[in-house]
Amino acid sequence: MRHTSAASGPGRTARTWRELRTNYQLYAMVSVPVIWLIVFMYVPMYGVQIAFRNFRAVDGITGSPWAGLKYFRKFFHAYDSASIVLNTIEVCFYTLLAGFPIFVLLALLLNNANSKRFRKAVQMSTFAPYFISVTVVVGMLHQFLSTQDYGIINRIIVFFGGHPILFMTEPGWFSTIYSWSNIWQGAGFNAIIYIAALSSIDTSLYEAAVMDGASRLQRVRHIDLPGIMPTVVITFILAIGQVMNLGFFDKIYLMQNSLNLDRSEVISTYVYKTGLAASLPNFSYAAAIGLFNSAINFALLIAANQFAKRINQSSLW
Amino acid sequence: MNNVRETGGDRWFAFSVYFLLSVALVVTLYPIVYIVSSSFSSPSAVTSGKVWLWPVHPSLQGYSAVFRYAGIWQGFYNTLIYTVGGTLISVALTVLAAYPLSRPDFKARNPILFLFTLTMFFSGGLIPTYLLVNQLGLYDTRWAIILPSALAVYNLIITRTFFQTGIPPELLEAAKLDGCDDFTFLRRIALPLAGAILAVNALFYAIGYWNNIQNALIYLKDNDKMPLQMILRSILIQNQIDPSMTSSMDTKALAERANLREQLKYALIVVSSLPVILLYPFVQRYFVRGIMIGSIKG
Repeated sequence: MRHTSAASGPGRTARTWRELRTNYQLYAMVSVPVIWLIVFMYVPMYGVQIAFRNFRAVDGITGSPWAGLKYFRKFFHAYDSASIVLNTIEVCFYTLLAGFPIFVLLALLLNNANSKRFRKAVQMSTFAPYFISVTVVVGMLHQFLSTQDYGIINRIIVFFGGHPILFMTEPGWFSTIYSWSNIWQGAGFNAIIYIAALSSIDTSLYEAAVMDGASRLQRVRHIDLPGIMPTVVITFILAIGQVMNLGFFDKIYLMQNSLNLDRSEVISTYVYKTGLAASLPNFSYAAAIGLFNSAINFALLIAANQFAKRINQSSLW
Repeated sequence: MNNVRETGGDRWFAFSVYFLLSVALVVTLYPIVYIVSSSFSSPSAVTSGKVWLWPVHPSLQGYSAVFRYAGIWQGFYNTLIYTVGGTLISVALTVLAAYPLSRPDFKARNPILFLFTLTMFFSGGLIPTYLLVNQLGLYDTRWAIILPSALAVYNLIITRTFFQTGIPPELLEAAKLDGCDDFTFLRRIALPLAGAILAVNALFYAIGYWNNIQNALIYLKDNDKMPLQMILRSILIQNQIDPSMTSSMDTKALAERANLREQLKYALIVVSSLPVILLYPFVQRYFVRGIMIGSIKG
């Protein structure tokens, strides 16, 4: 910054050396996490090429022969690939589209509750389920939705004269149960970011609105909502970019059973099963399916960002 | 403060706000209360569906069954190792990355930060990561639970934001004039000022390790290393309950035993979530603060 005129050549090298000399301790600090980053994040990214090779353990990732798009073709021609992709889309978008309005609504409600103690109580209890492990949540679903006498939901259904529903094994119920239990677990957590955005809205706006005789509903519509819109858009783009993320397959995997597999098999669990849990694991095939999923993911992120740019000034880049 | 008279519409508005929030309160709390009540009820009351809200025929049989269950304690022990060890490693990595990346005079910070953020959207995926862990000789070791997911970029970003906004640049200048180097500044000045963000990090990571099951599903084979969540999975979801646990009670009727097998699950849910639940009231405000710090940037 100080040497704006020094453009290139030896001046540049000299500056680099000086930077290294003055900040060598900062480089030393950052080197530890950077080594972790390279080893555990970027080496696997390089290893993605296994999707285009016939992986043989003896030859390693880079020594195995090229296979081109063989495994991608294999997946597209597999009899169940269409249903797996559709299941993935259904499960992921259900959570996103049903959850988002609820998270924003919860934040607006909390922001408009006058009693501070009540607000605290609600915020604290809606946040609590976030800390329960997915294993326990799935265990709880099994208990609550059981058709045995202890399954409280079916007890209520029967009480009102209905027939017990096989929630955990009926394929049609899978995405509903998965998504609403996600929302139950995440509502308080996801609302926090909007509460933060609401608390940063200029209070003089509210004062002016009260002067002008705006009702509380009008204040929500004309001040609160526009005030948090940029945050909502950014979090929505980020959520779209993560929506089909392979990262966490644990909850879906834990909720699967042989009876609901028609609708519960998604790309990430399928990758796990063909690649790791199978008796004859096919690493290349599983990696190809995973890469296909990442490609969809990335396309969604780009599309969401473009869309946000068009309708609104806020975007990720 | 509010001397403007509320209109009828405003009263409806306030009523709806409280009504909807009360619904949210009941929906989130009821399942938790129900689980706790069931865990303190008698096994037969639970399995015959007599519990609605409060414990019925209060009993501690479920808890004593959990305490006699050896596999659960092995799981607790393993999870404790993963949580304590993992949290230490994760917090250290996060601070070592976040502090340099918060310094405006650190020239490499933008490219490095970019490399970190990129991994939020791209990753090698399950299979290449698994092969790497295998190749490093970490498969079926305790390290495999910790190392592959040791650093969360989200935590890195909120910690970096904290260092940027929470530590005045004048402090560094003054310390430098006194001959303080970067290591010393981080250890003696920046970290003591960063108590809140360190707490947030430790809690995020600790709860993450405590609840994690995915790494065990992918990288562990040996039963002796399985974390608590894997034991929970076999009991709560796969319904596999150690026969030795029930055979020690031959005197009891068979039906009673089947009831206990079911009711044990409620006590187990409470016991396994207890460490997190006990921490919760204290950590909640740190969590909220942590997320608020993170959102300033967004």
